[in-house]
Amino acid sequence: MSTITTSKPESASFLDHAQTVLRQNIREYGMYIALFFIMTIFTITTKGIFISSRNISNLVNQTGYIAVLAVGMTLVIVIRHIDLSVGFLAGFLGAVAAIAMVFWHLPVYIVIPMVLLLGIIAGCITAFPVAQLGIPSFVASLAGWLIYRGAILLVTMGTGTIVIPDKIFNAIGNGFIPDLPEMGFLPGIHKITLFLGLLAVIFFIISELNGRKKKQAYNFEVLPMDMFVLKLFFVSALIGYITWVLAGYRGMSWTLVVVLIVVAIYHFITTNTVLGRHIYAVGGNPEAAELSGISVKRMVFVVFGSMGMLAALSGILFASRLQSATTTAGSLFEMDAIAAAYVGGVSAAGGVGKVIGSIIGALVMMSLTSGMNLMGIDISLQYIVRGAVLAAAVIFDVATRARGK
Amino acid sequence: MSLPILEMKNITKEFPGVKALNNVSFRVAANEIHCLVGENGAGKSTLMKVLSGVYPYGDYSGDILFNGEVQKFHSISDSDKAGIAIIYQELALVPEMSVYENIFLGNEITNGITVDWNETIKRASEAIKKVRLDVNPATKVKDLGVGKQQLIEIAKALSRNVKLLILDEPTSALNEDDSKNLLNLLRGLRDQGVTSILISHKLKEVIEIADTITVLRDGQTICTLAAQNRAVSEGLLIKNMVGREIDNIYPKRENRQIGEVVLEVSDWSAYNPALGRTILKNIHFTLRKGEIVGFAGLMGSGRTELALSLFGNPDHYRIVGGMKLKGKRVHFTHPSQAIKAGLAYVTEDRKGDGLILMQDVKQNITLANLNAISKNGVVDSNLEVQVGNEYKTSLNIKTPNVEQKVQNLSGGNQQKVSLGKWLFVKPDILILDEPTRGIDVGAKYEIYQIMNRLVQQGMSIIMISSELPEILGMSDRVFIVSSGKIAGELPIAEATQEKIMELATN
Repeated sequence: MSTITTSKPESASFLDHAQTVLRQNIREYGMYIALFFIMTIFTITTKGIFISSRNISNLVNQTGYIAVLAVGMTLVIVIRHIDLSVGFLAGFLGAVAAIAMVFWHLPVYIVIPMVLLLGIIAGCITAFPVAQLGIPSFVASLAGWLIYRGAILLVTMGTGTIVIPDKIFNAIGNGFIPDLPEMGFLPGIHKITLFLGLLAVIFFIISELNGRKKKQAYNFEVLPMDMFVLKLFFVSALIGYITWVLAGYRGMSWTLVVVLIVVAIYHFITTNTVLGRHIYAVGGNPEAAELSGISVKRMVFVVFGSMGMLAALSGILFASRLQSATTTAGSLFEMDAIAAAYVGGVSAAGGVGKVIGSIIGALVMMSLTSGMNLMGIDISLQYIVRGAVLAAAVIFDVATRARGK
Repeated sequence: MSLPILEMKNITKEFPGVKALNNVSFRVAANEIHCLVGENGAGKSTLMKVLSGVYPYGDYSGDILFNGEVQKFHSISDSDKAGIAIIYQELALVPEMSVYENIFLGNEITNGITVDWNETIKRASEAIKKVRLDVNPATKVKDLGVGKQQLIEIAKALSRNVKLLILDEPTSALNEDDSKNLLNLLRGLRDQGVTSILISHKLKEVIEIADTITVLRDGQTICTLAAQNRAVSEGLLIKNMVGREIDNIYPKRENRQIGEVVLEVSDWSAYNPALGRTILKNIHFTLRKGEIVGFAGLMGSGRTELALSLFGNPDHYRIVGGMKLKGKRVHFTHPSQAIKAGLAYVTEDRKGDGLILMQDVKQNITLANLNAISKNGVVDSNLEVQVGNEYKTSLNIKTPNVEQKVQNLSGGNQQKVSLGKWLFVKPDILILDEPTRGIDVGAKYEIYQIMNRLVQQGMSIIMISSELPEILGMSDRVFIVSSGKIAGELPIAEATQEKIMELATN
């Protein structure tokens, strides 16, 4: 009898660990698992086309302009607001960039900062009635939605679609980072991309190890060792695989570089800075935040200002990708960004939500679009499927949250 | 002893990592007022949630017998149908609705399809009379005071033919008059055949009213005492609740060294545009270094509003008057300025506007003074943990570690976190608004000790409190606030409960 009960203690404890860790962190890991499943399913149904280097590269570039909006929207929802104006704002500012280059002949390195600045101003204009007059942000930004929709039609009225000839500008949405010259080894593989991926893996492992050591020093809860190793392995493998796939096509795109920089900055701000703390405090309990000396009004301006800047960036990415400014640019971007944020685990009740989560949410939604396009599924069904996934994600989030209490 | 109306047998309820109730047995006789006492976290609220079906059948082990029958409540509506009503500290009324709409909310009287408003108003008036309340049933609930709202909750329960009424800390938000009123009402209801379970921290009131008292500690039944005619002493209850004797609820402070005036407020009046009325009129008072000044008064007398108006005026009252800090005139337009000038304000409602419940202990403690642990706007997370641990130790905050979310802590420990947050600001003047509301005797004592330690170090404390013994036990001077005015000032030697009440109700 005793031999039976003690036959495989190690694997049992490993499974036990896996079960408890998964149960405790199901909300956080749920998205990653969902993304993994979605990608696997599409890889099978498209006989591998979905996971091909070319398609993944395209997918990343298409996600770019929604991803930056989703990052900004995360913070807007965290402080219990919403911004519906950002889609057409992005389209309008993309058109402004095109006009500045084509008709005013301004150089690209002036146009980009100028447009970003305009974005910040536009965001602050939306914030004004919200912060100063207490107008619900839904209404204030709905007004902005209408105004920017009109504005984009107005500025493109005479010209229609404006074609952008600037090579540097267009590279942002279509170009790839340069590579070392061919030296015989790894032919056809983008070596700088591989190198950067390797750096990312090393950086990730070192920072995880340091974080774990620190937590242990303070007697905080850490993952069991086997789970920790599994997590390191899984994430490293993921980063490694994605870099490998990207390196097999043309390497990292400039869009991906831009998105990674935005995510890195916003992740750092939200997790490590006083400003980030103040934003999440305002979202978690505005009255308590105000009494703690935090100006809730100022935070509304900061968050909407940042949203406006990211809308401008989104507009630049989109115009650059199309190499032109169109009259309909930006339609429904805001809805995609909001959906990405909710799929990524942001709570409408405020104070909860991670930037990285929203990026994963954007990837989930874009993977659905890309995969279903490859399968030749009709657009009507695509909307229904994406709607169902959004609903499922939010229901899952609420259900696991309730159980977590 | 008459037959039990309720018997809970061997109830065990576990939360992840905690046994909130461990084999608890609880027996309530018909037609009695049964008080349930215990420290925070002792399991009183959990037990009542098991009883009322908030934790559904199957979520706990053990049996509930009500009226002699085994009950399997799956939700509140099940226990409601059986005749059990529970009234929480946080009232469950809709402020924008009228009294009669609230009383029959979820239990509407219809004639087939539409609501029969005439019958509703008639029956609501009857229910209001039963709780000895004199209000127009068409009044909106938001226009009534807390005391009256509580009575309306009871009227609501009575309108549903309640047999067992559970009240969770009903008097914690009430002034002495309203409390007395409520307790008298419970006695009256008992004589009409309604059994009550009363959860309370106010032991005097428990002794006054209880027929039977059950003490819980750490999720276990400690004892059940027959308590008719004040048969139980406060000391005995406290001993059973904490498992040790507390000789003196208010620790004596030695070396009272009261220094120069640090705060002077004069001709201070405030108008609240949101309410459209003047809330403070010609307030004048001073505060000295190393002094605890008590602000007594009834609920709604303007004490909290006074504190807010001094602390950067976040509610945007229109203020006239002068405020001097250490002889210098100051004028604050935001709490951040008040904090910089050396003020701190521990709010009365720690969950509502004190803490960020979804964040952890260390994040809450450092929130009001993040600059002290950051460089160039980047928070030093090591330093933050150190600060959190410092206050965890010095305030004896009971939490496994400072990374624990505040919503998982008990009320007393949440209050300590709230206090820690404001001590980390290193203020000269600490305003405490109901510092011990809803927390247990042990934690109260600790908070009093902390207050004494702080004034010995030279801090000055303004303590707003509705508990007169606390005002008398802790203050050096007492100001009595009544309808937005200072109704009187008493040195502690001359202050008595009677004098204070007289001034407060003037």
